[in-house]
Amino acid sequence: METQLQPPISARVNVGMGERGVSLISGLAGMYFVLIRRPSLKIGLPMIMDAGYMIYRGATGHCFLYDALEINRSDVGNKGIQVQHSVTVNLPLEQLYRIWRNFENLPRFMQHLQRVDVDESTGGKRSHWVAKAPFGREVKWNAEITDEWENEHISWRSLPGSLVNSTGSVHFSNAPGGRGTIVNVSMQYNPPAGSLGAAIARLFGEEPGQQLQDDLRHFKQMMEAGEIPSVEGQPSGRNKEFTWSISERMQEQDLVEEASAQSFPASDPPAWISGKKNKRKEVAS
Amino acid sequence: MRAVCWNGKNNVGVEEVPDPTLINPRDAIVQVSSTAICGSDLHLYDGYIPTMMKGDILGHEFMGEVVEVGSGVKNLNVGDRVVVPFPISCGNCYFCKNGLWALCDNSNPNAAMAESMYGHSPAGIFGYSHLMGGYAGGQAEYVRVPFADVGPFKIENGFRDEQVLFLTDIFPTGYMGAEQANIQPGDVVAVWGCGPVGQFAIQSAWTFNPARVIAIDRYPERLAMAERYGRAEIINYEGVDVVETLKQMTGGMGPDVCIDAVGMEAHTHGIEGFYDRAKQAVHVETDRPHVLRQCIQACRKGGTISMAGVYAGFIDTVPIGAAFNKGLTFKMGQTHVHRYMKPLYEMIENGRIDPSFVVTHVIPLEDAPDAYEIFKHKVDGCVKVVMKP
Repeated sequence: METQLQPPISARVNVGMGERGVSLISGLAGMYFVLIRRPSLKIGLPMIMDAGYMIYRGATGHCFLYDALEINRSDVGNKGIQVQHSVTVNLPLEQLYRIWRNFENLPRFMQHLQRVDVDESTGGKRSHWVAKAPFGREVKWNAEITDEWENEHISWRSLPGSLVNSTGSVHFSNAPGGRGTIVNVSMQYNPPAGSLGAAIARLFGEEPGQQLQDDLRHFKQMMEAGEIPSVEGQPSGRNKEFTWSISERMQEQDLVEEASAQSFPASDPPAWISGKKNKRKEVAS
Repeated sequence: MRAVCWNGKNNVGVEEVPDPTLINPRDAIVQVSSTAICGSDLHLYDGYIPTMMKGDILGHEFMGEVVEVGSGVKNLNVGDRVVVPFPISCGNCYFCKNGLWALCDNSNPNAAMAESMYGHSPAGIFGYSHLMGGYAGGQAEYVRVPFADVGPFKIENGFRDEQVLFLTDIFPTGYMGAEQANIQPGDVVAVWGCGPVGQFAIQSAWTFNPARVIAIDRYPERLAMAERYGRAEIINYEGVDVVETLKQMTGGMGPDVCIDAVGMEAHTHGIEGFYDRAKQAVHVETDRPHVLRQCIQACRKGGTISMAGVYAGFIDTVPIGAAFNKGLTFKMGQTHVHRYMKPLYEMIENGRIDPSFVVTHVIPLEDAPDAYEIFKHKVDGCVKVVMKP
């Protein structure tokens, strides 16, 4: 198994498009002024350096000052999440392809998905996705299959106008030596800017690579073992009052961060109540 | 129900906890009739296995009666008497299909955690830390058994619990320790540790026709057991140089096969013992590899070292140069119990072995805290404790 978390291609861009235009024009104007008016060296040298930098800033979208100040005003790339992961499943390729081709199966192993409804009138090409968001909210979008080769690969993307701009693909190949099938999944999400985008980004976890890895592990377990192993709800000396699994315990840190992020301004009393805590199964001792 | 809970280092308690319920379709619930404390439970008791949480139910050696089965379990019925392997295995993945049951891909709910520590995740294990899945163990009145359609082995005749209980772990573990060591007829086999696993390794070694089996320990009652039941020559390592003694016993060659039935909490005297205890205390080293070091030094050139005792974390100052230049082969791992249940059960049926010889204490579950202390300090001649819930 391997996971790659690739930085967006435009990682170095930290200047917005409008600002880049202004930089480019002012840089060119400065250059023009120097060339036509030929000011003294004392004025001309700094001017030509400044104009050169403005042209660089406008053309590349990269500003060293913003870098130093950790400012990012670019409108593309910086919120994009790209993940890729592969897993070997000890079953024939055709069987796995069939399950995956019906996107309604995805929520069975993809943690953040609530449900997917496939529009049969499009031959299963179009689908409606519903993901879980914090506080019981939902995020919905429509997607379509853009490319498919039977028993080889499926690519899909969200339809224009969707809140979540995403693409994904899954590739199936035979593992050597009768080890089954290698399933390789890539996904790219570009949530919108702003606070809503941040909330959506949270859907994919603090570590989206880990989430895809977990989802694919669950796919493998569902297919090979017929069920996903779990210890949720089992007894222990801790759960005289409630059942508390290790994974929930590990999410506590996230809950604290979520609470801090939601309680704004910081001086206000926290209005936040953990949604997850209430979900813990009550077990009478 | 009543269950033995881990409450911290050197602290177990018998507590009232909720009864287990079916969680997945392939689960069964077993009412435990007998459960044992394993030497590897002492690693938990001593606090050397990471990711334990207060309140975890201990125990991976247990048997009993099936009282409930999930919809996915077709081969078990309520009322069946079963012995349950300690690793939890799905039966369908590449590893299960290839007989590597303890390496099952699909039974550890905390696989991501195990992957971060070990690179890959081994199978889940009952009552053996959250790294190994966080499953509630069988030192309890009832236990939930996942993948119950592949693990539990039905006992259909009148053997006493003590005769078949050890098919869960220590008998297969001792047997695999011998089997994987590639013993050839005429070989000399040395076994470090005469605890229950060592006893079964000694007896299992004879099935591969070695010329001699030599047992090493420091407790007279354990050495006597190895001599009496295992027909082993014995070395009490108190006051002797084990490596030199083994060399002298084998005309300078060294044993062809060295079996480490001790693992990560080996005891030794002198500066070496002090060194490892100090490092372990400050968590620079998690496992104490004295036995492994001795095995490497003693083993015949080109011989095999088989590690049946549990290692969990990190060791250092292991003489890898000696191992390399002597061309040694290492075999190790958690036991693929499922693979051995049937053949070893047949050995019991044929009267070739009666595993109950290791049992020194049979007690009620309520006495578990005392039993852990007695077993840990090897007082009262304690070799193996069986508890009755």
